[in-house]
Amino acid sequence: MSATLQTAETRTMTGAEIVLQALKDNGVEVIFGYPGGAVLPLYDALFQQNAIRHILVRHEQAAVHAAEGYARSTGKVGVVLVTSGPGATNAVTGLVDALMDSIPVICLTGQVPTHLIGNDAFQEADTTGITRPATKHNYLVKDIRKLASTVHEAFYVSKSGRPGPVVIDLPKDILIGKGPYSEAPQAPHRSYRPQTEPDAASIRAAVRLLKGAKRPVVYAGGGVINSGPEAARLLGDFVRMANMPCTNTLMGLGAFPSEDPQFLGMLGMHGTYEANLAMHGCDVMLNIGARFDDRVTGRLNAFSPNSKKIHADIDPSSINKNVKVDVAVVGDAGAVLKALIECWQAEEQPQDKPAIAAWWRAIDGWRGKGCLQYRQEGSIIKPQHAVKRLYEITREMGRETFITTEVGQHQMWAAQYFGFQKPNRWMTSGGLGTMGYGLPAAMGVQIAHPDALVIDIAGEASILMNIQEMGTLAQYRLPVKVFILNNEYMGMVRQWQELLHGSRYSESYSEALPDFVRLAEAFHARGMRVTEAGQLDDAIREMIAHPGPVIADIAVAKDENCFPMIPSGAAHNEMILAPGQEGGVAGVTDEGMVLV
Amino acid sequence: MPDLAEITQRNATIAVLVENEAGILARVVGLFSGRGYNIESLTVAPVDADRRLSRITIVTSGTDMVIEQIKAQLDRLVPVHKVSDLTLEGPHLARELALIKIVGKGEARMEALRLADAFRARVVDATIESFVFEMTGSGDKLDAFIALMRPIGLTEISRTGVVAIARGSRGL
Ligand SMILES: Cc1ncc(C[n+]2csc(CCOP(=O)(O)OP(=O)(O)O)c2C)c(N)n1
Ligand SMILES: [Mg+2]
Repeated sequence: MSATLQTAETRTMTGAEIVLQALKDNGVEVIFGYPGGAVLPLYDALFQQNAIRHILVRHEQAAVHAAEGYARSTGKVGVVLVTSGPGATNAVTGLVDALMDSIPVICLTGQVPTHLIGNDAFQEADTTGITRPATKHNYLVKDIRKLASTVHEAFYVSKSGRPGPVVIDLPKDILIGKGPYSEAPQAPHRSYRPQTEPDAASIRAAVRLLKGAKRPVVYAGGGVINSGPEAARLLGDFVRMANMPCTNTLMGLGAFPSEDPQFLGMLGMHGTYEANLAMHGCDVMLNIGARFDDRVTGRLNAFSPNSKKIHADIDPSSINKNVKVDVAVVGDAGAVLKALIECWQAEEQPQDKPAIAAWWRAIDGWRGKGCLQYRQEGSIIKPQHAVKRLYEITREMGRETFITTEVGQHQMWAAQYFGFQKPNRWMTSGGLGTMGYGLPAAMGVQIAHPDALVIDIAGEASILMNIQEMGTLAQYRLPVKVFILNNEYMGMVRQWQELLHGSRYSESYSEALPDFVRLAEAFHARGMRVTEAGQLDDAIREMIAHPGPVIADIAVAKDENCFPMIPSGAAHNEMILAPGQEGGVAGVTDEGMVLV
Repeated sequence: MPDLAEITQRNATIAVLVENEAGILARVVGLFSGRGYNIESLTVAPVDADRRLSRITIVTSGTDMVIEQIKAQLDRLVPVHKVSDLTLEGPHLARELALIKIVGKGEARMEALRLADAFRARVVDATIESFVFEMTGSGDKLDAFIALMRPIGLTEISRTGVVAIARGSRGL
């Protein structure tokens, strides 16, 4: 150990070699990137080694989404390499996406040589300035002696505490120059040491509330996924042990098995009737790894008005930000759940079983509404039906399946009708809502899981935002399936225009669409078009059976809306249900109209 | 009825110990502008060359919830070592320094000198027709002096913003 350490410590390398060595030492096997003048030294070093595989994308935004897909499906840090100027600016959307969804990504950006910084040199951009609010942290390396330690620190920062994207800006002279390599330090970081173990007192306070609950609900989010599969297992243990209903956020789907009888489905704007009414009517709420996002809470002053709230989060700034809570627990979701379970078992206070049984009866009453029911009649394919059949067929096949999505109605239908039994199987752009996320994210997932079935549930408008990545699929023979719910509209925009703007469909029609079958073929993929409900199942099977990439263009009903829906500015108990299901129909208030 | 704590504003003087490195001020200022928080004053200077630390003092205002947010947001910046709410954590000293230029002749000039004496402002520069006063004190004291000087030839003010420290033996 000390021998290798010493040789490593005294080794002198070029900056580019130092970067690659540090990536390797941090367990990196693959990076997603696109070359250019400022990063040529790194590409040269990549060419001369075999330990790290480089995946050439077709646009830098896609490199970041691919790294996100890789990270979310593996729990590892995703790594990106782009050139200076336009390479870096193209990556910004991906970085903000990773920031909003707390995804660990490291983005190496090229930069003009240090002596030219500030001179408006060719392909110069103030990358650290531009990405400061787009990242968890960023670095500009101006001294080669700090290069190795900066890369090591970037990994630590990206994955510890609340994960997020980190940019390392690398001037070309630093990449070419020579310097010493050092291994990752053993000493703790000087200033950044997030709390992961919860305080015992906060756990006791939480358990006391939970034991006394008559109408409890567990609301779990992406923090459980980020904590790792063990956290999801512990969540299951706790929820079953306490006989509580559990709902997941969009980011948290898969943290609790969708087929478990204690699962209420997703909550929030397009959540289920039972999940939202349980949130509204509960007396004790346990939020674990979620952030009281506005898509979840609806109108804040009407949010769960009669409950005591416990919020467990690794990021103290998420606690009491939107919603004032009664018990704050700072810690990693897995550590918190472990402590909760231990304390729960030690605490003698009995639960109020009759009250909880009555609460389950109320929930079963709401479930009886069947808020996700739809009628598949005639030959026009309902988008809900397409997702449901996709789920059922993949479930029958029993293959390991990963789903990504674009953004819009299809994303919400995917969240509602595709069930997840395990974490890390679902990647969607939650916080930023980035159209164009799904195809590159699916690429990253497929790279990490070459034998798995990876499907991007897409809309016909979103898919065009990163369609160039079909080229990447072809180059690396990635058998990603793009399942387009083609309603010929920016459906989610059209839905809001119908409900909020007097059906004036301003610029939301998908005019002049490409022929997706020929488009797939032009990219060396298989193209399919399905227009009849009767063909759907066979088409899905054929798509899955095909060994290469496929675009399946599914023509679905054009005017379908996504329900249930809590309009912006409304409360959970003011949900709009699908036509034909009576329910509290909310008027949209003036305050609601200004919200997004 | 909204909770009273959610609507009443308070002032807070916050001390932040940070790595003395490029970009740290931009991170702090960007946090305030990006999230729409107030900055009434902000001062920064290195305080420990060996350990490469700087201290930032921020005076801000907001509801309790917002001020708690500001502190939590500052605390999660990677180069931040410590955040302390001096207003909340006990008695503290807050001082500001101002340089104040007065231009005038005759009686106004004499009056300026008399007032400066009463406020314990020091003359740090003088010409036949001008003075520069240096004054240290609380922001209120500086405000009062400046208001008196306005009609008698005040032409320019430079203020440092507040620096602050807790009273007693307790350290940051
Ligand atoms: C980059 C980006 N631009 C604009 C939007 C706003 N937006 C949200 S959903 C949507 C329409 C998506 O249409 P489509 O992909 O066809 O999905 P559908 O809603 O029809 O299922 C738009 C334009 C967005 N989310 N992202
Ligand atoms: Mg569409």
